[in-house]
Amino acid sequence: MTHDTLLTLSVFVLLTPLLSFMINIFFGNKLGRLSGVVGTTILGIDLLMAALIAFSKLVTYGGEHIIQTRFEWFSPGSYAISVGYGIDNIAAIMLMVVTLISFLVHLFSTIYMEGDRRYPKFYAYLGLFTFSMLGIVMANNFLMMYIFWELVGISSYLLIGFWYEKDSASNAGKKAFITNRIGDLGFFAGIMILFMTYGSFMFEDIFAGIASGTLPFNNPTMLTLAGIGIFMGAMGKSAQWPLHVWLPDAMEGPTPVSALIHAATMVAAGVYLVAKVFWMFTADALTFIAIIGTITAFVSATIAITQVDFKKVLAYSTVSQLGFMIMSLGTGGYTNGFFHLVTHAWFKAALFLAAGSVIHAMHHAMHHMHDHHSDPQDINNMGGLRKTMPWTYRTFLFVTLALAGIPLTSGFLSKDGILAGTLAWAKLTGGWHWIVPVMAFTAAGMTAFYMFRLTIVAFHGEPKTKIAGHTHENPVRIVLPLVVLSVLSVWFFYSPNPIDASVGWFHARVVQPETAVPAAYQWEFLIQDHQAAPAENHGSHHALNALQEETHHYHYLAMFLSLLIAGTGIALAFAIYQYKLISADALEKRFKKLHTFSYNKWYFDELYHATVIALMLAVSKAMAWFDSVVVDGIVNLSAGLATVAGKVTGLFDHVVVDGAVNLTARVTGFFGSRLRKLQTGNIQFYVVMLLLGVILLFYFFV
Amino acid sequence: MNFPILTWITFLPLAGMLAVLLVPKGKDEQGQELSKTIIRWIAAGTTFLQLVLAIILYFSYDTALAGVNDLKSFQFVEKVSWINAHLPMVGDINIEYFLGIDGLSVPMVLLTAIISFLAIFPSFGINKAVKGYFAMYLLLDLGMMGVFTALDFFLFYIFWELMLLPMYFLIGIWGGPRKEYAAIKFFIYTLVGSVFMLLVMIGLYHSTGTFNLVELMNQGNFMPGGIFSGTGTTLRLVAFMGLFIGFAIKVPVFPFHTWLPDAHVEAPTPISVILAGVLLKMGAYGMIRIAFPIFPDAFAYFQTLIAWIGMISIVYGAFCALGQHKVGKRDFKKLIAYSSVSHMGLVILGLASMRPEGITGAIFQMFNHGIITAMLFMIVGVIYDRAHTRGLDDFGGLAKKMPIYTGIMAVAFFAAIGLPGMSGFISEVLVFLGAFKTYPVLTVISGLSIVLGAAYMLWALQKIFFGQLPEKWQGPWDPTGRIYKTDDVNLREIVALVPLGVLVIFLGVYPNPVLNLMTGSVTQLIELMKPFIH
Repeated sequence: MTHDTLLTLSVFVLLTPLLSFMINIFFGNKLGRLSGVVGTTILGIDLLMAALIAFSKLVTYGGEHIIQTRFEWFSPGSYAISVGYGIDNIAAIMLMVVTLISFLVHLFSTIYMEGDRRYPKFYAYLGLFTFSMLGIVMANNFLMMYIFWELVGISSYLLIGFWYEKDSASNAGKKAFITNRIGDLGFFAGIMILFMTYGSFMFEDIFAGIASGTLPFNNPTMLTLAGIGIFMGAMGKSAQWPLHVWLPDAMEGPTPVSALIHAATMVAAGVYLVAKVFWMFTADALTFIAIIGTITAFVSATIAITQVDFKKVLAYSTVSQLGFMIMSLGTGGYTNGFFHLVTHAWFKAALFLAAGSVIHAMHHAMHHMHDHHSDPQDINNMGGLRKTMPWTYRTFLFVTLALAGIPLTSGFLSKDGILAGTLAWAKLTGGWHWIVPVMAFTAAGMTAFYMFRLTIVAFHGEPKTKIAGHTHENPVRIVLPLVVLSVLSVWFFYSPNPIDASVGWFHARVVQPETAVPAAYQWEFLIQDHQAAPAENHGSHHALNALQEETHHYHYLAMFLSLLIAGTGIALAFAIYQYKLISADALEKRFKKLHTFSYNKWYFDELYHATVIALMLAVSKAMAWFDSVVVDGIVNLSAGLATVAGKVTGLFDHVVVDGAVNLTARVTGFFGSRLRKLQTGNIQFYVVMLLLGVILLFYFFV
Repeated sequence: MNFPILTWITFLPLAGMLAVLLVPKGKDEQGQELSKTIIRWIAAGTTFLQLVLAIILYFSYDTALAGVNDLKSFQFVEKVSWINAHLPMVGDINIEYFLGIDGLSVPMVLLTAIISFLAIFPSFGINKAVKGYFAMYLLLDLGMMGVFTALDFFLFYIFWELMLLPMYFLIGIWGGPRKEYAAIKFFIYTLVGSVFMLLVMIGLYHSTGTFNLVELMNQGNFMPGGIFSGTGTTLRLVAFMGLFIGFAIKVPVFPFHTWLPDAHVEAPTPISVILAGVLLKMGAYGMIRIAFPIFPDAFAYFQTLIAWIGMISIVYGAFCALGQHKVGKRDFKKLIAYSSVSHMGLVILGLASMRPEGITGAIFQMFNHGIITAMLFMIVGVIYDRAHTRGLDDFGGLAKKMPIYTGIMAVAFFAAIGLPGMSGFISEVLVFLGAFKTYPVLTVISGLSIVLGAAYMLWALQKIFFGQLPEKWQGPWDPTGRIYKTDDVNLREIVALVPLGVLVIFLGVYPNPVLNLMTGSVTQLIELMKPFIH
């Protein structure tokens, strides 16, 4: 495949899902149940094309950084704004992630969404989402990135609020969109700073500009701020603390949507963005990113421990894992961060689809038993599903192991890399930065614990309710996607060595880019040492910079620690929930306050309601009042004053002016009646008077 | 150019108006209905012809020519001496019938033609004094078109005033419960602005001896000793402010905006459409056609103030729209009216930036806001016609009852919150990019509207379309089936709404057809202003 073919094919990959959207939105009602078939087929074709591109880019052109094109879109004056698209290695990998999961979710939904009154709309929105997401993947400039960023946001909004009859669903959609917009405000501000300085939206132009030493406002802090602004966009989409609150609510959407959008792809867009523009982050911006990621990973792990809603546990786990990815990127671990994105996409999509499988089965059982009140998502209504839903259980268990980071899974490879990276980073930067690895390891331990708590409570033991006892395994169109995704979570696909990812193709193809930031504002250990060329081997390992070298040293320590901690977490989960050696209730009572705090999600929603939202509403209320009472009041007052003034002048007019006129008239009348007597009609009298007058004049003037 | 196309475009509505007035009333009920139908279709035909002419104009317009302050590069110029008199005390008065267009006015001429034609369709629902209504409507059309084509200040002023009267009657007679209040408020507000304009116009004539807008832009034409001669004099600053306030009232910007919510709430649907779609643009147009280029020194003096006014309007309008959340009767139209204040504030901010991106964005935003808000008001009209209420709390769950309507509405709502792929996005981005170069901090504060806009629009969307349908709307809108055969939008409404929706999406993906019209003129305008800006 030539470059041109590859680029042309990319356009088809991008637009094909849009076709699915068009067909289903305009002809959906006619298609009826066929719309699912149409959507799935179209996505299947899209997947094949994407696979061709990914193969071509990763195998044939693996060494090239990016295959891209640019063109002029529109002109706001004397110059034109360039946009474009391109495929680099991470884009090629993302293409596979997005199209494959999207395809599987399309397939899965043909059963899951069966009988929904807006079934064709669902497929239309899925198509719109896939199109937008692929747009993000292919963007090679900030403008396209932002455009598809927003489009993804709107498709997410539509899908979260898909069951809009429920207020909770439409509220969740709204919340997701608005929270994301807050992040996007920062994103846009960052873009404006960069555009103003470098006069272009293209990544290559901007990175070249930064590398040449040009800084926004000639101030390195502004470059950091631009980076943080861009990162704010990622914080919104990837649900990073403190903007994480929308993601758990987004679980109001249909479960296949949660799998596709709110677990595997869209929420990873923030991580992808940070990776895509990794060039431009200064040391300060990276530290900010690392801190946010760490807090997110830790906080949401603590929340996930106590949740009882099947999907909520998974949602907080997603937030936590996204925190891991962001933390990895912030600590300079580019490859491991992106690697975790990919491995996580597979197993988290599998977890959510398994959740969907369970919920679907629970629904069916409830329907069967005419029960319309129980909560099919409450794990305390489940139990014993291992026996009734064996395939769902097996796949779920395997991907749980992957998420917990147990060897032989892909999750082990990626998480281990991240943890080693945080240790190396803390070692090289020192001081309070050690808090990052400490919190990261703790969060990893909690991950293992809450995932096994979920598995044991939902699947093991005896059915806790009759509903759970009446569940059945789902048909193949639901099970197949689970199997495919679980298989993709085996280590073998990424590296031949189950405990070392760095020898695999993934690490060879996803290479940390050289930073564009001038050396003075960048960590020394992130700057590539050109003297020690990559060809010079350190054993079997290629280190591009000091950080990677250090990470390599920490590899075994990190592995040992993470296994120890994960093992402890799993053991604890078994001890409490499986063998009941420790009473969960007693623990809950003993740590009542902590439990309530975690169960209520650290009260972030309440906090925002009491502060930001309350403030905004108060301000808007005050302004609306000000507008209708004060501003309009002044207007009406001046109108009223004008009326009063009008009345006064009217009165004046009536009494004084009119009075004067009337007075004049009367005076004239008075004299008139007197003088009338002179008008006798006698010519002789007039002549006498005339003569008298002439004489008088003569007398005066002569 | 032999065919006086601008005269035709401008005065075609006058012919239509005369035709409307000549239609006999009809003797019996059937005859009266026939008469009404004829009148409606005369108006539709007239505005359609006008639209066709505008499209011809668009395709024969040469984007290479800049206009603004260069007489030679104006297009379709018609220039004849009109009033030539010697008046005692004043001297020679020379007023020209002078029409011509450049990149600043072409988008507005197009917009006026599009909106005037499409707003006819919701007007079909008007049943009271149909003849008077359409006569006034066409007169209004004439005034609006004249404002955008006139290049003689006096002529401009006449068109400006001409448009005022029909608008007053259209709100005052065909409006809602508080129509008189709203109409008189609109009238007085605009008239105050006109007084300022009149005074400055006379002053300019005294200083230069011409009403020719293009010549007024040449500082060399000011006679020594004239009251507005020189640069940066106090009198010029005062004159600029007078003009600016006159135009700002029309835009409207904070604090001159309170006539707008009232006018919108009381006006009948098609008049709201025209008001938001075209009339508001006349203010901003006046600024770039008259106030800024004639008084560039004063613009430079007040530039920061103008940017502040833009920023305040953006944020304040957005907050007030959001504030409909709690205060008073939650009226759908009021919400959109305040969103207009916010979106037009963006235009002011873009103009204040005096950057190519900012000005191009501002003019494009004028065009887009016209299209999008016209859509929004038509959408309100659709449910108001059926339910006879616009209260946001009176609805819910309409998405189920009216799926096509909901789809069209989604396009308009998402366009209003600046969703990419819609035209509003391009103009917003351009304004922000331009403004950021001149006023980074103000621009970032204005960016708050990105969040607030999403908040109030999605809130309204949720209120009306999501959730459960209220008990009282469960049945069909019109049980007799006489007026509304289906519960969803009818064909007449689709015909009015869909072209606008298509335009919004088309220009969002491919904005060049409109942007290319203005780039030359914008560059020219900035060249003209540049020497005065520090």
